[in-house]
Amino acid sequence: MKKFILTMLMGLAMALSIPMTASADVMSLRGHALDDSAKSVAKKKQMKVKGGIERSYKLQPPMIPHSIEKDKITLKTNTCLKCHSEKNFKKEKAPKLGDSHYLDRDGKKLKTMSSRRYFCNQCHAPQLNADPLVDNVFAGAK
Amino acid sequence: MLGKPTVKILLVGVVLGVAGWGGFNWTLELTNTESFCISCHEMEENVYQELQETVHFTNRTGVRATCPDCHVPKEWVYKIKRKIQASNELYHKLMGTIDTPEKFEENRLHMAMREWKRMKSTDSRECRNCHQFKSMNLEKQDSRSAERHDPFVWDELDGKEPGKTCIDCHKGIAHSLPEGWEEAVNADPLLKVEAEPEE
Repeated sequence: MKKFILTMLMGLAMALSIPMTASADVMSLRGHALDDSAKSVAKKKQMKVKGGIERSYKLQPPMIPHSIEKDKITLKTNTCLKCHSEKNFKKEKAPKLGDSHYLDRDGKKLKTMSSRRYFCNQCHAPQLNADPLVDNVFAGAK
Repeated sequence: MLGKPTVKILLVGVVLGVAGWGGFNWTLELTNTESFCISCHEMEENVYQELQETVHFTNRTGVRATCPDCHVPKEWVYKIKRKIQASNELYHKLMGTIDTPEKFEENRLHMAMREWKRMKSTDSRECRNCHQFKSMNLEKQDSRSAERHDPFVWDELDGKEPGKTCIDCHKGIAHSLPEGWEEAVNADPLLKVEAEPEE
């Protein structure tokens, strides 16, 4: 019984001491203390890349090779479709939405873009020519 | 020689004329300011909020276009014509036609179409107070934009009438586009833009 109580006490002491020491040593991945706010990052322009940005793996949603600052996606309108919709892509010489964007959840083909795909920048992102905040060793599949 | 009373009447006439005309112009200009436009909540809460996110409100060099720069003609005759038309806006203000965001949204397409038609029929006159094809430096434009402006720039330099006008392509640059605008524009005989021949 005595041994049991002793073990419990030691365990309790250890449990109490861990968070205290831990919070003193752990830094955020970006190199500042946990209770500090992150350093602000220098502003960069959204990149323009002629001919588009190559994909890093097969099913990657292509990244946006132009600025989208002026574009708006709201309940009423989606200005990306001014160029990329099935109606306008030829006239605007822009890439058309991928075929997968015309399927509903049951795999049925639709005439217009599926509403599941309406929010372009949920998957497609513009790029900034900035240094990565955190080291990244990811290598594309090529 | 003119008699004394005639001179007096003339003088009084001139003074009254100057004061009257000046007063009229002063009042007219008062209604031609951003602060006047957004003194109505219909403008302040809807279109003015949208404008603030655009390049016409804030940009690199701090040039700003205010409401009348785009929506009221500069030349006197056209300005007076527009100002008289604006009395209709007073009527609808009193009727509360667009006094909630929901009502505004309901009428947005109608109002936008009217403004697009006005711009199209005047060859985007108010845009051209600042933007002119012949002053464009195509080398500083994005290649995509330069390619598209190029033929019109040459037209204007050659003294020809450019085939397209600003508003043909640049819709919804200062305010949100209404729902269904593309279909509405394509169905309108004045606003419809012919597709360029494919190369």
